[in-house]
Amino acid sequence: MSGSGRLAAYGPILAVAAALAMVPLLTGSNTVLNAMVTALLIGLAGQGWNILGGYGGQFSFGHAAFFGTGAYATAILQARYGVNAWAAFAAAVALGSLAGLVIGFLSFRSGLRGSYFALVTLAFAEVFRIIANATPITGAAAGTLIRLDVRPENFQFASRAVFYWIVLALVVAVLILTRMIERNRFGAWLVAIRENEDAARALGVDTLAVKLQAIGLSAAITAAAGAFYAQYFLFVDSSIAYGTWISVEALLVPIIGGLGTVFGPLVGALALHGLAEVTRLVAGRIPGIDLALYGTLLVLVVAFAPQGFQGLVRRLGAGLGMARR
Amino acid sequence: MSAPLLAVEPLLAVEAATKRFGGLTAVDAASLTVERGSITGLIGPNGAGKTTLFTLISGFERPSAGRILFEGADIAGLPPHERARRGIARTFQIVQPFAGLTVRENIAVGAHLRLRDRDAALAEAERVAALVGLAERLDAPASGLTVAGRKRLELARALATRPVLLLLDEVLAGLNPSEVRDIVPVVRAIRDGGVTILMVEHVMQAVMSLCDTVHVLAQGRIIAAGPPAVVTANPIVIEAYLGHGAAKRLARGGVHG
Repeated sequence: MSGSGRLAAYGPILAVAAALAMVPLLTGSNTVLNAMVTALLIGLAGQGWNILGGYGGQFSFGHAAFFGTGAYATAILQARYGVNAWAAFAAAVALGSLAGLVIGFLSFRSGLRGSYFALVTLAFAEVFRIIANATPITGAAAGTLIRLDVRPENFQFASRAVFYWIVLALVVAVLILTRMIERNRFGAWLVAIRENEDAARALGVDTLAVKLQAIGLSAAITAAAGAFYAQYFLFVDSSIAYGTWISVEALLVPIIGGLGTVFGPLVGALALHGLAEVTRLVAGRIPGIDLALYGTLLVLVVAFAPQGFQGLVRRLGAGLGMARR
Repeated sequence: MSAPLLAVEPLLAVEAATKRFGGLTAVDAASLTVERGSITGLIGPNGAGKTTLFTLISGFERPSAGRILFEGADIAGLPPHERARRGIARTFQIVQPFAGLTVRENIAVGAHLRLRDRDAALAEAERVAALVGLAERLDAPASGLTVAGRKRLELARALATRPVLLLLDEVLAGLNPSEVRDIVPVVRAIRDGGVTILMVEHVMQAVMSLCDTVHVLAQGRIIAAGPPAVVTANPIVIEAYLGHGAAKRLARGGVHG
């Protein structure tokens, strides 16, 4: 690919990365940074979902299974086995990916597609939650605490800015990875499966292998978000780690931002959490107000901007261009 | 018939393939061969089992009994993508475009079977699009093509996999006579490029002009095989299409029968 093509592909990612990296320099507010860390964390989970759901067309309702596996693995490895936090983080990503491969193998092997696949993933996440809530190794209902010991080698920092930059680095790495997938054979095959699985098979695409690679990668990314969550809050329990909330957020942010696009999950996460924070400021802490808001937003997006915010922007741009002519 | 020792092994040999769906026998011990470098036709009345036989050859269904030999090896147990890798490509009777992608991206998916590199696959897509007359529409979304355009796209995608054997499932169906006239030379050019073709077709004018050999399938069985002119004059074939006694009536009444 020519130099200019590469610039057009990766330039915007670097620009967004640079702009977001400035945030801690512009504000010292812990509330703002905390909200931004949370938004990026959800964005990262959504980026994982987007690989499988947005590009591969396999809608999972149970990405909590991967988020939770990442969160629990990093917490348990440190709290029970004294593993170094960074090593635990890497192991958590690997274990999350493994969970994805196992669930993917069981469901794709038996040819589950569409809503059947969605329901099976939902069921897996729920089973994981129930097991985690009952087994001693996860701390059962009490959850698992990571011991507070603020040192960089423990993946613990006094400043929220450092956490922010780490999660931003992860998000940017996945933006680049996603762009690379868009421009290689694996990505072409994945999109072909989304568009028409039988046609893809006829053209020599090993659909099972491609879907397994996609879910393995997707689960690894969402597990990284979970592991980061555990490291940031130093606590996990079953309703956080394997709760439905994260499955919903992980699929909501790409849908709102733009399915199967590089920036979709990030845009969706920033929009959703920006809006949630503003509502909190205006309406105060009414329980469940953020969920009501998400629901409303989802209905609006599906009804009026089925390609998400990015599709909306593109359409408006095209409309303006037409008007000018 | 040549002596067995001199006989060239056919590219494809279907040996007594049978496919049952519950109590229905869609294909009943059908045998046929496709010689390397030929255009072979598969014709028969509606519901004869032609498309089912195609799905057995392309691997979307497994035969209940019988063998399918491709280049001498039994491929009956292989999944479709593995057969595509060995050089069997198919088009779909009901076109199956990747609707959200452009023509170029659609064809590139086929090209990726042999080419890992994205840019090489996109360049190959351009080359193949020119062969089937889609060069002007490369950046159009596949969903925006006409029926004839989608048929060409089916052809282009299959061709981009660089097949040895191309299975065409009614690529001419639904086209008007002038579109048929346009696409017939394209099919012939593909064969002249070294690709063996097995085609299911209802447009007899095209079958007569394109095919070297025709196999006739009726109620799941092969009832006749040979050069198109011979086969279409065969009373058994005429009866299969037009009903019992039709051949006699035709012979008695001549063209007015």
